[in-house]
Amino acid sequence: MTAGVLSETGSAICLLFIFLIPLASAGLALINTGLGRSRSAAHTMLAALCILATAAVAFAAIGFAVEGYAGRAAYAVMLQGKPWNWIASERFFLRGLGFDGGRAALAALFGMMAAGLAAMIPLGSALDRWRLGASVAATAVLAAWTYPLFAHWVWGGGWLAQLGATYHLGSGFIDSGGSGAIQAVGGLTALATTWILGPRRGKYSPQGMPSAIPGHDAVLVLTGCLLAWIGWMGLNSAGAILFTGAAWGEAALVAVNTTLAAGAAGMTAAGITRLRFRKTDASLAANGFVGGLAASSAGCAVLPPAAAILTGIVAGVLVVYSVEWLELHLSVDDPGGANSVHGVGGLWGVLAVAFFARVPGGGEGQWVAQMAGVGTLLGFVFPLTYGVNALLNLVYHQRVAPDGERQGLDLHELGAGAYPDFLTHNEDAWQR
Amino acid sequence: MKLAGLMLLVSGWIIVVAAIALLQTVTAQGGFLVAGMAVELLGLIVVFRAHLIRRRGAER
Repeated sequence: MTAGVLSETGSAICLLFIFLIPLASAGLALINTGLGRSRSAAHTMLAALCILATAAVAFAAIGFAVEGYAGRAAYAVMLQGKPWNWIASERFFLRGLGFDGGRAALAALFGMMAAGLAAMIPLGSALDRWRLGASVAATAVLAAWTYPLFAHWVWGGGWLAQLGATYHLGSGFIDSGGSGAIQAVGGLTALATTWILGPRRGKYSPQGMPSAIPGHDAVLVLTGCLLAWIGWMGLNSAGAILFTGAAWGEAALVAVNTTLAAGAAGMTAAGITRLRFRKTDASLAANGFVGGLAASSAGCAVLPPAAAILTGIVAGVLVVYSVEWLELHLSVDDPGGANSVHGVGGLWGVLAVAFFARVPGGGEGQWVAQMAGVGTLLGFVFPLTYGVNALLNLVYHQRVAPDGERQGLDLHELGAGAYPDFLTHNEDAWQR
Repeated sequence: MKLAGLMLLVSGWIIVVAAIALLQTVTAQGGFLVAGMAVELLGLIVVFRAHLIRRRGAER
């Protein structure tokens, strides 16, 4: 669905949008840090930085060779006389890519930022127990293989993107800003990581009842939401221009939809917690807000604003109830809510396109293309990411030693705490 | 049990891909695609159960 050559103005504006994407990563880093314990705060921020750095290098070295860009060299197999484009055949280390302001070069830069954002998501679910080295190793695998492979199918001219041209399924799989390619891939990897690591010590009683371990700084969490909002407008706008063929002037619609979905989701989550608990829960409202951002990405360029609000409301409901369901009934210890916010929110965003999108040409069969994307995320990406992370865990154990968890990751892995001058929480001292 | 769940997930995906590749009409493709996703859902339930059982076993 990508269009032709970008004008100089379009190229420059797209570049500016891409420069905003690190704000989304910075927002997620602050959210993850705030939702974790104070004794692991410096470790979480350092892990976020290491993850972004590793993702950029791994994507540039290998990832872009796997992802490629529509219209460039790729491997395809023929099924029933129709081409199925599986993987790009670019050269490693971005060789052969002309940095001339063209779409492919911008897509490579976008991919470096997006890989970092996707790799940041599992950090939220693995807080307070993920070794720094293990988070770096898992990021390298995600940025070099898992993320680029699915991104090729969606954005690199792969078989999901071509479903419209080859099988007349609407406009093919639509995911402008990455609800599926970034958020759901990251969210499903977060679920795999959570299972491999197991719950934090003291999270569940022997009877399986969870205990609340609140985050240590709500201000960090809410500041992170504000930064993520700006970053997401850049992410969705750049994605819409590069992968959905939107003109740069349509960025206003993209930003409106992004804001409406996030606002509706945040207010819905805040309202639900107010009704249920008589007090508004700041962390769940923040999770709802980011869940709305995650859900907004897929259809940001093809949804009417009213549909973006509806998408956000549903995302807010899904995030609040799935956080509770995963923790209470499925024993998934996810301190940052990454599975719900990015996994459930992202999958819902992909489906919302099937329900609400205004697709050129009427879009008959668009819902089949979107469902095929969801089916691929659950049936291919999840087993793949689970498998590679389980293998990684065999050769390099991912969970910190019990002593390290008791002591806090700051002292155990970094040798110094984030807040050396004061004790921030009595419960922290008691649990040491 | 966990492996069985993961195999079910992959099997569901193969049904999804096969439905698109082999069937002609959107209705038929959609029908088989929903069936494939039902298999995936079953796989997801099995994987979740496998983890619940393993965790509760570890607690005992």
